[in-house]
Amino acid sequence: MSGSAKSHACKIEISVQEADFDLGALSNQWTDGDVENGAQVMFVGRVREFAQANQQSMTLEHYPGMTEKALRETADIAAERWRINKALIIHRIGELQPADQIVLVMVLSGHREDAFNAAWFIMDHLKTTAPFWKKESADGEGHWVDAKESDDNALTKWDNGSDS
Amino acid sequence: MSVKVVYFARLREAIGQSEEQVTLPEGVETTGQLKEWLMARGEPWASALSGKRVLVAVDQEHAGYDASVKDATEIAFFPPVTGG
Repeated sequence: MSGSAKSHACKIEISVQEADFDLGALSNQWTDGDVENGAQVMFVGRVREFAQANQQSMTLEHYPGMTEKALRETADIAAERWRINKALIIHRIGELQPADQIVLVMVLSGHREDAFNAAWFIMDHLKTTAPFWKKESADGEGHWVDAKESDDNALTKWDNGSDS
Repeated sequence: MSVKVVYFARLREAIGQSEEQVTLPEGVETTGQLKEWLMARGEPWASALSGKRVLVAVDQEHAGYDASVKDATEIAFFPPVTGG
């Protein structure tokens, strides 16, 4: 978006990984010496308690290559739309248990409204565009989690320009 | 022209493979026509790609069923995503 008033450099980092992440360490690392960004929003998505008692784990599959692209595109859109200076998205893959961290969105901005909105938008957008699939396992049997219509609907609230 | 077709999640399991190299026949110019052609080969493609909503990506970008497959190197079919 060259020439746009909103266009500015935003540091964006994306990671798709099996390993867990340390909120405190990441927060320190991303805010070290940073006097510009007074607003920091961190959203963490965790694995909910499974609906079926016999369920043992959840496995996340993704589309290597496309996943990173889709997440970066989501962060780029957020950076064009709101005044944010740093954005970090971490999404885990592989086998996860209830209460495990799945996803982190961290946004740094000079303004809390921009930070909140950008983080919320990134999560809503990620849910419907990033190629991840969840499979739940119980007693050796697996079943794929169906996509929710409510996730599609959540995106529409960003379409009417109500953020500006 | 040859193209790599990849499948994910439910579709990968139903089709029994994660990818295949396909030589595009005459008349297959869009992702929609490719899907129809794959299904016309019979099972397991016929049932795996029918019914429930199937999404498509061309060279790792979301696409519609009117998107061109000309010059594409990788076409992906997958169910609606459930990350986050």
